[in-house]
Amino acid sequence: MRATRIIFRRELAAYLASPMGWIVAATVLLLDGLLFYAQALGPAAGARLSADVLSRFFWTTSGLVAIAAVALSVRLIVEERQLDTLVLLKTSPVRDREVVLGKFLSAFAFLGGITVLTIYMPLLIMVNGKISIGQVAIGYLGLFLIGGATLAVGVFASSLTRHPLLAAATGAALTGALFLFWPLSYVLEPPLSHVFAGLSIHGRHFSGFQLGVLHLRDVVYYLATTFFFLLLSTKVLEAKRWE
Amino acid sequence: MLRASGLAKYFGGKRALGPVTFEIGRGETVGFLGLNGVGKSTLLRIVATDLRPSAGALEVDGIDAVRDPHAVRRRLGFLPQVPPLYPEMTVGEFLRFAGRIRGMEDDALERRIPAVEELTHVGEVRDEPVRHLSLGYRQRVGVAQAIIHDPELLILDEPTHGLDPAQVVEMRALLHALKERHTVLLSSHNLPEISQSCDRLLVLDAGRVIAQGSEEELSARLLGARRIEVTVRASAGADAVAACLRAVDGVRDVAPASLAGGGPNDVAFTVEATDDVRAEVCRALVLAGHDVVRLDESREKLETIFLELVQERARDADHLPA
Repeated sequence: MRATRIIFRRELAAYLASPMGWIVAATVLLLDGLLFYAQALGPAAGARLSADVLSRFFWTTSGLVAIAAVALSVRLIVEERQLDTLVLLKTSPVRDREVVLGKFLSAFAFLGGITVLTIYMPLLIMVNGKISIGQVAIGYLGLFLIGGATLAVGVFASSLTRHPLLAAATGAALTGALFLFWPLSYVLEPPLSHVFAGLSIHGRHFSGFQLGVLHLRDVVYYLATTFFFLLLSTKVLEAKRWE
Repeated sequence: MLRASGLAKYFGGKRALGPVTFEIGRGETVGFLGLNGVGKSTLLRIVATDLRPSAGALEVDGIDAVRDPHAVRRRLGFLPQVPPLYPEMTVGEFLRFAGRIRGMEDDALERRIPAVEELTHVGEVRDEPVRHLSLGYRQRVGVAQAIIHDPELLILDEPTHGLDPAQVVEMRALLHALKERHTVLLSSHNLPEISQSCDRLLVLDAGRVIAQGSEEELSARLLGARRIEVTVRASAGADAVAACLRAVDGVRDVAPASLAGGGPNDVAFTVEATDDVRAEVCRALVLAGHDVVRLDESREKLETIFLELVQERARDADHLPA
């Protein structure tokens, strides 16, 4: 765990020192604020129940968090390959899983920071409407979980190649596919529709968090997805030593 | 310290290295010599546990590097051809990171950093971001990260790659300092550099070790003679100088050599002898009334050995049955 902590600290410092991290943070917060204004406060918003406004906030924020997660995570390993610095980690007494975990946790901490900064919007709803702290907490738990899962997808895409654009395209395509599984499940017949709905990263698994309802199966799904893609990333790093 | 047996590496179906077998003793400085693309970097990356071999065995300090690379990594420091540096970090931050990632505790690291900075002369750029450093400083920081944890085995892949002549001289001095504390593996296609820095050479060609030994051993085996370069300000013509050289005991052959610069009466010869006859040659020339302008062992010696080896191997390959 010591190596994970060392890599986590270096990567987090790299996010804070790079314009990329701040650009992603600023874009997410700006877009989220604008969408919230349009949905809840703007002239076209209309009269809505505060629970409905909160649900829409979590729906839009979850999409933005997923996009930010891909943008933040695809640099994690691909950049090391581009700079030829990965060799330093690979020839140090550090296990590949510690490298992957340290990098993932740093991106998760940065993304978590961005996500927490959106709290003023649910607080505005809370001040002006009727929602419970539990609803907000469960919604944020969902945002952290979907953020973690999409970050893991991005880390995996980053582990595959040394070309940043290819890594970004792969990360976006994988995340997009996981999002599209939900609408796809509507047009397919059982049992395929059940499979696609079960694998969907949004829709079925996020709708509970959006409404303030906590299902254990959704938590397990996100944790399992995160673990699966981080494990794949570790295996890719290990396999590349054999190439 | 290091034992490689039948080590081979394939990238896809293409053989990049091996099989190679060699041993390196503790405290030795060994140079891997070869043209670009013969497998030097692949071999060093395998020894550094960055790559896994496709076949063969590798032991470092008695530890199986294929089965337990983690334990081997504690004992080695590696400088690849491109130093692995994070551009946004300052040199000080980077060295601390490199030490910590190699398992050093903070108090040991704080004691070690001044010694490494002094040895590699990077103290003056301690607070500079790596992205602002010159190529020479980057290379030195690369060496500093490789030795920060005081490893027993130091692996340097083309340490003078891309450096200007002044920086090459500085790097050579640094290598001499490192030899005192570490077992050093060094790769280069720069013959004078490897000749001056290493106790023993392993010559690679087409992924195989085609010869190994000290420069003298390789020279005796392949050339069967020592070569001396002599430049003389001839007072009585080149023939008289050549005759004078041939008369020296131990001289086997005297051949005219090309002359770079010098006076109008200067003539240069390459003298081939069975032993080191520099003193005898000088004495004979002076007694014969010739002014000796330059007398040295042939700087082309290692180039000649290397070319002989590569050409000999090419001839062998030509004679193999189809």
